[in-house]
Amino acid sequence: MKPKFGVVVFPGSNCDYDAYYAMKKVLGYDAEFLWHKDNDLKNSDVIILPGGFSYGDYLRTGAIARFSPIMDSVYSFAEKGGIVMGICNGFQILLEIGLLPGVMLQNVSLKFVCKDVYLRIENNNTIFTKSINQKTIKIPVKHGEGNYFADDETIKSLEENSQILFRYSSNEGEVAEVYNPNGASRNIAGVMNKRQNVMGLMPHPENACDPVLRKTDGALIFNSVVKSLF
Amino acid sequence: MYKATVIVKRRPTILDPQGKAVEQGAKLLGFNNVQNTRIGKYIEFFVDTNNKDAAEKEVREYSEKLLSNPIMEDFEFSLTEWTPSEEKVK
Repeated sequence: MKPKFGVVVFPGSNCDYDAYYAMKKVLGYDAEFLWHKDNDLKNSDVIILPGGFSYGDYLRTGAIARFSPIMDSVYSFAEKGGIVMGICNGFQILLEIGLLPGVMLQNVSLKFVCKDVYLRIENNNTIFTKSINQKTIKIPVKHGEGNYFADDETIKSLEENSQILFRYSSNEGEVAEVYNPNGASRNIAGVMNKRQNVMGLMPHPENACDPVLRKTDGALIFNSVVKSLF
Repeated sequence: MYKATVIVKRRPTILDPQGKAVEQGAKLLGFNNVQNTRIGKYIEFFVDTNNKDAAEKEVREYSEKLLSNPIMEDFEFSLTEWTPSEEKVK
């Protein structure tokens, strides 16, 4: 049986088709769109909250989308241990709804960044990274508000519980400010909840799956998730 | 009816890149005494009740749950009695 990815569609999502395409056409998994006004997760094994500008990013990124009917279902799915991946705006929504700790601020540069970045894998014993045999992966970022912030206490607890999944780094895995595209606290690019079934990341793994784009490291994350399901 | 005004401010410890950029503009204009520009949000709306306590409760909850994010922002609000005929709401 093929694992099924449910891709939530909010008004203003713009990476929903990218995620759907990557899962279904490139990686050959099953995928289905989930409308924000529904509450049926259609038996998805993994939920993807895609990138974009849900509700125009009005008020704060993700602040309005988190109250969508579908998010009630996603929240209980996550509470029961279901796998939820928030990419970019999806990450912001997970922060707003409180499934992940912290907030997202504007990039320090105040500029929208769109480029490939290297991420050092900080914890390779998770469902998202277990089958990745590389120290770093290369995937693109494209965001204006990806400056992850949490207070010192929260960061400390994230570190102690190995909840930091990815950090912006060099190709070789050196973490330094020069590799930080947005000013994120401690170069954090992706985090998980304590139970490690919910993760959010600013970079876009779904845009690094199709070999035609000459970068496929994003697929490593999705394949790792699928391997953990069976 | 009450008119509510809510001001949402970024916590002093949280970086405000927008305020910093605007302040650079202030320097370019020669406003050399301007310091610490911080940008927040001003939100106004009406609350359709004549019970002040109920209005206060609703505004506070609205501010806590949606208008501000307690991790990075603080809010303050005020309520004034309002007669709808005083102003045409577009």
